Formats: sequence, structure tokens, C-alpha cells
Amino acid sequence: MEMQEPTPVVPVAITVNGVDTEHDVEARTLLVHYLREIVGLTGTNVGCDSTSCGACTVLLDGDSVKSCTVLAAQADGRAVTTIEGLADGDELHPMQAAFREHHGLQCGYCTPGMVMAAVSLAHEGGALSDDDVRKGLEGNLCRCTGYHNIVAAVVAGSAEMAGSADMAGSAEMPGSAEMAESGR
Amino acid sequence: MIPAAFSYARADSVDEAVALLVEHGDDAKLLAGGHSLLPLMKLRLATPSVLVDVGRLEDLAFVRDDGDTVAIGGLTRHRDVEHDPLLREHAPLLAAAAGEVGDPQVRHRGTLGGSLAHGDPASDLPAVVLALRGDIVVCGRAGERVIAADDFFRGFLETALAPDEIITEVRVPKTGDTGWAFEKFNRRAQDWAIVGVAAIGGATPGVALVNMGDRPVRAAAVEAALRDGASVADASALAGDDTDPPSDLNASPDYRRHLARVLVRRALATTALGGDHR
Repeated sequence: MEMQEPTPVVPVAITVNGVDTEHDVEARTLLVHYLREIVGLTGTNVGCDSTSCGACTVLLDGDSVKSCTVLAAQADGRAVTTIEGLADGDELHPMQAAFREHHGLQCGYCTPGMVMAAVSLAHEGGALSDDDVRKGLEGNLCRCTGYHNIVAAVVAGSAEMAGSADMAGSAEMPGSAEMAESGR
Repeated sequence: MIPAAFSYARADSVDEAVALLVEHGDDAKLLAGGHSLLPLMKLRLATPSVLVDVGRLEDLAFVRDDGDTVAIGGLTRHRDVEHDPLLREHAPLLAAAAGEVGDPQVRHRGTLGGSLAHGDPASDLPAVVLALRGDIVVCGRAGERVIAADDFFRGFLETALAPDEIITEVRVPKTGDTGWAFEKFNRRAQDWAIVGVAAIGGATPGVALVNMGDRPVRAAAVEAALRDGASVADASALAGDDTDPPSDLNASPDYRRHLARVLVRRALATTALGGDHR
């Protein structure tokens, strides 16, 4: 096997919302900048830019990650889902619909990250309780502090997801239900 | 914030990672999940000119039953440590503490080896491995060596790792039904501990402190008192002894010593009950 020489420019191929993208990027390019500035999907917001607020949360191979702290090169060969990739045409994803139904937003800046984190949480934990959501969204900040409706939205959205085909393929993932059983 | 420019190479094996480290020396850093390194690079507190990405070394993401110990691969993510059935049964302190690191997004990326290699006194898992008297297996140009956790942390963000070495696995003893506790005090969810305590009971109790010095530290006075049969109150009163906690906007050194005494008392009360408290 030939050893790779370090290079300042890296070719990356990332599937974004089901669409293959390929670009040569500076090695230091962050995933959030790749998505916003190179692919042109600006639904993912930059908030604190320091791994705290969660506004830039996207799914990387299904897991929520803060895209301000992932290099585009680390996502090479992987699948990314952003807020733009959730809806099915005009039909909102159940979690998006729940945020609308429960008015789970005020200014809306944190919302894309909240929704993506919530989708990941629901994939892992099934139908979530209030406590599950409050603990599970610890990585997402709403500076309007409108948490009450956000929690209500995620509880409802996760219940909807647990009852729909969206859970297909994620049944093997350990979740909060299993943790509750083991007494933690 | 964007890191200073660097060159990037992805290692396809441990040997290749070591070879790249040997070739590029002190200018190179290993990149695993990146959740300690990339924030430092964005703040320009670290400016490596070469990043060697070991994030695809799937062979180093595992949990293995080794009889009296459990071995955890260096690239095992916090989320996988938290949920692994073997660890939940045999090393519940480690599994539970992994579930307290950062937030879910951080736990989806951060790795056990990365956390130990970073050597941050404010991180949770170094203190846990110290309390458990774990061993850290590293691989470098000269081959493999095993470093006891007590010998691993050398100073602020300094470890016994040589520049050409990578953590391949971490071994912790099976603690079975022994009581344990992990106490973490902070003001904001997802934050680093202002002070934290990892404790394991049994004949040789282990108590280690988070953010009480320039490195993760063993509460040696507390452990000695426990071995001599001291009460929880008497032993925990020694938790601030021989510590040199930092002063920052969250807490003064005196306040941290106070927190250490309170948190150790809570941890010992839990541990002595012989059950997990969460």
C-alpha cells in the first residue's frame, strides 16, 4: 500500500441530501462552509462557531454532528443530511411538521440545528419523553429561550416518527428505552 | 473561525499513521474525531502543519472481553462506549461517564483515545481511566508499549505519548458489582466540569478528580484514608489535599477544593452503597 502524502488541497466526494457532490477543497475547509458556500445550501446556520450552540447540526451517516467542528475531508465518502433534505417534496418531515404545529421556534435561527438534532435523537431513542428531550438537546441552544415549545415539538415529532416508516433501518440502534430498562 | 492552513493525509493503517508521524515529526498531529483538536486549531492555539486523519481506522473501534479486563479500541466513539453492553456490565463507570461527555453531537464524534491523548485536566474520561487504574496501549516507531494511567498524564495537555505514537487501545479491569460514582458539577449543560469526581469502590478504591490541577489527578489522600477504614465524611474532607486547582471565571481554587470535598463525599456515599446511582 502506498502511503498518502499530506496535501493542502483534498478531493472530497460527499453525498448531500442524496446528491453526489465532488470538489477539491482546502484541507482546512469545515463541513459547514462546504455545505453553505460550495454546495450552496444555506439552511445550516453558523451560530457560535465553537461546538457549543448546535445551530450547524447536520446528520453524518445518520448521526447528529456539529458541522463547524468537522472537516469536509472527514466527511469524504459519507452521506450528509441537512435541513433541506428532510422534507419529501411539499410534505414536511414529521419533525418539521411538529415544530410548526407546536410553534417550536421564535426567531428561527437555532431551528435547523434543533430539528436535525431532534431527528437523530428520535432515530436513536424512539418515542421520547420530556426528560429524554431536555437531556438529549443539551447540545442545542435557543437564545430566545423558547425551550418549552421546542420540547413539546420534539416529543410529538418523535412519537410521529416512531409510528412511521421513518424508523425502518434504525431498529438496531440502542436507545433511551433500553437505558431506562437497565435502571440508569 | 477557520483553522490555519495545513496539509492533510488519511492513514489507512496504524503503521501508515506512525510512518506519517515519523516523517513529519512535531509538525504533525493525529486527527480522530477532532473535537478537542479542531476547536484549538480554530482558535489558533494549535497550528500543526500536517494532520494525519486516523478516523477511518475501523480496526481501532472495538470493545473486547479480555477475561479480567475489557479492552476498548482507541478510536471507539464516546457514544459507543456509553452504550456498549460489555462495558455497561463490566465497566459501568466508564460507560456512564462517556455518556456525560459534551453533548450527543460531541459523543457522535469524540473518541476515547482522542480524549486521553489530549490530556485535558477538565475532560471526564482521563480521570475515569485513572480511577479504574487502566492501562493505555500505544504504538509507535519502536513498536507497542503499555503505559499505566498513573504514568500517562504529565502536565497541562501533556502526556507520555511520544510524537510518533498513537493510542491503539485502553484496558480497564472488570469491576463487576463494585459500587461506582461519577459526579460532574457544571453551570451549563454540555460544559466541561468545573470539578468532577470518578470513584470506584472495592478493596482498592480509586478516586480521581477532574479539573483540580494541571492534569487529571488521583485523590491519593482520600484513597489512603478509605483503605484505612475512614468514614465517608473523614475521607472526603481530604479531597482538596495536595491539589493545585486552576482559577478561572467559573471558580477560584478554594471554591474548587470545596467542590471536590462535597462531590467526593457524594461519590463515596454512592459508591459505599454498592450500586449505581443513576
